[in-house]
Amino acid sequence: MNIFICCKQVPDVAMTIQVREGQIVTDGMNYVLNAYDASCVEEALVLKEKHGAEITLVLIGGESGKEALRKGLAMGADKAFHIQDDALNNCSSHVAARVLQAFFKDRSYDFILTGKQAQDSDMGLAGGILAGELDLTYVTNAVGLDVEDGKVVVKRQGDEGVEIVHMPMPSLITCSNDMNDPRIPSLKGIMSSKKKPMDVLKLSDLGLGANDFASERSKSTTLSFSLPPQRQAGQKFEGDAETLVATLMEKLTKEAKVL
Amino acid sequence: MKTLVIADVRKGTIRKSTWEVLSEACRLSSDVEVALIGYSISDDEAKKAAHFGALKIHVVDQPEFQTYVNTPFIHAAKTIVESVNPRLVILPTSESIKDFVPGLAQKTGASAITDCCRIEVKGDAIQIDRPLMAAKVRSSMETAHSRVILTVRAGSFDVVEPDTSKTAEIVKVSVDIPELKQVLKEVLSAASGKLSLDEADIVIAAGRGCKDEAGIKLIEELADVLGAAVGSTRAVVESGLVSATLQIGQTGKVINPTLYIGCGVSGAVQHTAGMGNSKVIVAINKDSEAPIFNIADYGLVGDLFQVIPVLIQAVKELKAGN
Repeated sequence: MNIFICCKQVPDVAMTIQVREGQIVTDGMNYVLNAYDASCVEEALVLKEKHGAEITLVLIGGESGKEALRKGLAMGADKAFHIQDDALNNCSSHVAARVLQAFFKDRSYDFILTGKQAQDSDMGLAGGILAGELDLTYVTNAVGLDVEDGKVVVKRQGDEGVEIVHMPMPSLITCSNDMNDPRIPSLKGIMSSKKKPMDVLKLSDLGLGANDFASERSKSTTLSFSLPPQRQAGQKFEGDAETLVATLMEKLTKEAKVL
Repeated sequence: MKTLVIADVRKGTIRKSTWEVLSEACRLSSDVEVALIGYSISDDEAKKAAHFGALKIHVVDQPEFQTYVNTPFIHAAKTIVESVNPRLVILPTSESIKDFVPGLAQKTGASAITDCCRIEVKGDAIQIDRPLMAAKVRSSMETAHSRVILTVRAGSFDVVEPDTSKTAEIVKVSVDIPELKQVLKEVLSAASGKLSLDEADIVIAAGRGCKDEAGIKLIEELADVLGAAVGSTRAVVESGLVSATLQIGQTGKVINPTLYIGCGVSGAVQHTAGMGNSKVIVAINKDSEAPIFNIADYGLVGDLFQVIPVLIQAVKELKAGN
């Protein structure tokens, strides 16, 4: 099997995020492989162990993005492509999908995996748009994957429960981090990742000029960032259960008036 | 500005999140139409959209929409978008809508932005705000595109009082569904019949501190006496104690109940990203340093296994007194 995984490098959202003059402060920020993409890598590795597969990573991003690719290779992916072009800094879902369409259009694959969203933008669009651009069927929010009789069997977390969906090959699947716990790369994995192929591609290598996605670029502009209004810590009570409950009931009925 | 609201319809019923979006759409525009895509949608149900201000209601009512896979929904939504030709398409958020919106955006050449919590029309441009990075940051974005699809974060807008004297034309639309390459084999349903987490006024959330089945049972009992829905953190879902449909947070549901009671919930950002908009937040946790106390209106430092049974009794007495 031939599995491609589209990855992104994102700021570690567990860190304190600061905003200055409408921009996110990037000094001192740690960058990691998007957790949802790490779950794709883990799931692909399990399929590889079971059925045999070649796992190829592809990432759009600046120079530092190679660290995220290295992480995926150290986990066990086989090779990587790094689409690196200054014109793609902080690009939108629409632009990313257009660039990836150019990357995939002449390649063959059994299926493409990507995270259901990026932890930095939380947008959740690029996978489905890319599928449309490649004329592939897609499904989002997978929490389980297997391959049976030439079909991808996807467990998807839907509104009413887990939906079991059979997808054709090729198709595109976006993954939730609820599907697995990505493995920590072993020392051996880290050593061998340095010998694995990582090709850097420019937009021109994909046959794209900056004007080729002017229409995608025009679809949205980010004006500024701000910190959302913070909730203030309210009242905190200590004591035995009876006292705590009596206080809470008093507050909920008389002060907040929600009961 | 011609605006189309695509509703969240489940089992023939329009969900509350749709009224929130429709109320906002009618504030932004005087020319709003609604699309209902589902199965066995009664005329009485469809007419409700008129009460919130829709001028025309497009109804696709076919057995293919009894269950969910994205291809038929993308196809039906595209058919209506192309016939109505709106500048702006707005939808509430659900797992199904999150699934078909990227495909709809691609097929209609639209600009799409998800999870919007503010929408304004500024001349030719549409400006929105949306949270990102686990809701730690908010961004303002702008688009001047000729077709814009927005999904709305739950709880962002107030629902207006419906005016039952208003009427609208109901148009039945029939859609030819292409042959499906994706097949829904089965839905492993979560416990049904219980209150829906994203529509409930009161939510009791179980955190890691609930430990085991006995802890979850306490949470369920408290929810029962309060008429509340049960939710949980990711840790509790991962331990297998509750279904993943109950997960609140960055990767789960976004809720905005009147009252949220977190029991043994530490308050990690991945969870608070989904419940920070609750009107009143109560936290019960024996760790007085738990971060949830920083956002709680009322924090009880105590062992939930001792506090909740007393709370259940107190609520029972309150209800009996009413």
